[in-house]
Amino acid sequence: MINGISIDYFILLSAVLFTIGAIGVMARRNSIIIFMCIELMLNAVNILLVAFSTLHQNAEGQVFVFFVMTVAAAEVSVGLAILTMIYRNIKSIDTNLLSNLKD
Amino acid sequence: MAYILLGIVLLPLLGSIINGLLGKKLSKSNVATIASGSIGLSFVLSIIAFIQLQSAENRVINVDYYKWVVSGMLDVPMGFWLDSLSSLYILVITGVGFLIHVYSIGYMHEDDGFSRYFSYLNLFVFFMLMLVLGNSYVTMFVGWEGVGLCSYLLIGFWFKNHAYNDAAKKAFIMNRIGDLGFILGMALLFITYGSLNYADLNKPGAITYTSATTAIALLLFLGATGKSAQIPLYTWLPDAMAGPTPVSALIHAATMVTAGIYMVVRSNAIYSLSETASLVVGIVGGVTALWAAIIATLQFDIKKILAYSTVSQLGLMFLGLGANAYSSSVFHVITHAFFKALLFLGAGSVIHAMGGEQDIRKMGGLSKKIPTTYLTMLIATIAISGIPPFSGFFSKDEILAHVYEYNKGLWALGVIASMLTAFYMFRMLFLTFWGYFRGGSELYKHLHESPSVMTIPLMILAVLSVIGGLLGLPELIGAKNWIGHYLDNVILIKTYLGLSHSIEWMLMGIAVAGAVASIYFAYQLFVINGVLPVEDEAELKWWQKIIYHKFYVDELYDFIIRRPIDFLGKVVDRFFEKMVFNGINDSISSITLFLGEWIRKIHIGNIAYYIMAMTISIIVILSMIK
Repeated sequence: MINGISIDYFILLSAVLFTIGAIGVMARRNSIIIFMCIELMLNAVNILLVAFSTLHQNAEGQVFVFFVMTVAAAEVSVGLAILTMIYRNIKSIDTNLLSNLKD
Repeated sequence: MAYILLGIVLLPLLGSIINGLLGKKLSKSNVATIASGSIGLSFVLSIIAFIQLQSAENRVINVDYYKWVVSGMLDVPMGFWLDSLSSLYILVITGVGFLIHVYSIGYMHEDDGFSRYFSYLNLFVFFMLMLVLGNSYVTMFVGWEGVGLCSYLLIGFWFKNHAYNDAAKKAFIMNRIGDLGFILGMALLFITYGSLNYADLNKPGAITYTSATTAIALLLFLGATGKSAQIPLYTWLPDAMAGPTPVSALIHAATMVTAGIYMVVRSNAIYSLSETASLVVGIVGGVTALWAAIIATLQFDIKKILAYSTVSQLGLMFLGLGANAYSSSVFHVITHAFFKALLFLGAGSVIHAMGGEQDIRKMGGLSKKIPTTYLTMLIATIAISGIPPFSGFFSKDEILAHVYEYNKGLWALGVIASMLTAFYMFRMLFLTFWGYFRGGSELYKHLHESPSVMTIPLMILAVLSVIGGLLGLPELIGAKNWIGHYLDNVILIKTYLGLSHSIEWMLMGIAVAGAVASIYFAYQLFVINGVLPVEDEAELKWWQKIIYHKFYVDELYDFIIRRPIDFLGKVVDRFFEKMVFNGINDSISSITLFLGEWIRKIHIGNIAYYIMAMTISIIVILSMIK
């Protein structure tokens, strides 16, 4: 129990967020949306980490979350740079158009 | 002493390495000095070793340098064994080898491969010394293979000529067959007597008769037939004349081909114990002596005549070995080395004068133009024909006397062979040097005596051919048979001539009379009647044709060995290679291609699709973790 809320709800929230993220990555074609969905998945994991950290009265999980957020920020900066380059090359950010390696 | 022996063996190797690696940068005179100098020094050291050996205990010096092969019961040292037998051999190898090296300087002077030639020749001397000095059968085998290699390299020395390469390969393959016998013999020897070192095998009572003795002797003898060109493996030697003539003199007349005799004498304890093996050796030797002598009578290539003569003389030595007359055979090895090296070098001088021509049908009357060569060759021819008091007479007579005592049938073979020897050698001499010149006026002007660097070795060898007989003057004329006594401590079971003096005189008389009659016959035929070898094969009678074609032995081998192997090869190629192996390979590749074509379809290039596949895969993997 965290502040009177069962851990189950945290897990459920995290799972829902993660699933939304995963489906978003799979289903959408807009690269920026895919990016946002990846962030969503990362944050779903973050919620879970923080929730269990509080439950077990152990700060390690929360420390870990900071790392995840830092790495996510770095990843976004690199990813957005790549996206910019893609846009310059094909005037679009539709992932389905990126199939040059197929043939 | 250890260092002297090491020096004898390693100096030629050093010369070979220097000439082989740096020969292109050195001047020809430097190459020649290094090559001949190393052999000359080796010869000097051999003389020192020979003198020191006389005062050694039992006249045996055994030096182990290090343990070479140690495996279970097998314990082979790397070391040298100097005794009466090997001391004589090293003197002949380095002495005659030195003269031939000097001669080669003149003979090979115009050749592009000058340094390569001397490098090979020095390497040959190194391996030959290893062969005779090694103190176990394994070391002997190292030398045995090494001289085979050098023989191959030197027969195919002019490698741009395809026929010469074929001759080199033929020599190598024929020797390989013999070597198989040698290896098997060695293995059986080790199993039976527990050691391959002379030191162990020479102990009294080390070798006794067992059921394997005959097999060992025969297997080793197979090795000897390969190296020493005896029936059935003799056909490589006449073809080996493709190499430069001094090579024929050194390798294919004086030294390497007598390695088989060395090996049999070294194993004399085994051969003396097995009567069957001795008889086989004797029969093979006798038949080879006669067989090759018959072929030699109708050859027209000066080097081929000498090659068949060598085969025949080697046969005679094996005939002696068969009669267990080991020291007589070694005696003949030495005198033969003198006069046969001289004959080959003389032939080289003739070929040099003739501008490369080897056909005696195109020669004649050369005695006026090249008198030194003529005189020295005349001496060698008389020596090989067995006319006293030249060296060949004494050694041949000693062998024949022992063979007479052993088996009269074999003795008859030997006598006929030596009569034929006198005939074909004088045929060669008359056709080459007597009569009128048949090579055309253009070539006649070209004729010239060889430079002194070539003729001086001829003269030295001529002197040795005359006086070589002093080594083993028969006891019959009141002399002491020096070589017979000298080799006493090597030969474990001795054979003494038990013939009465009158019979010995008679045998000697028969041999000399036969030789003189043959020479007279040759004189009648080729000088008085002026018979010339026919240019056209069609003029030959049927029996001459058979001899002219060397009894069709090459063709026979071709038919019974090469053709079946060729046929088998074709069958294997058609069936196994083309159908089985190619089929397996092709089907593997087509399966891969088919699978690839199929799997390729999964890759549709859609990122979302890949991610979905990834996600599903992760879920599947995670669900499997318990």
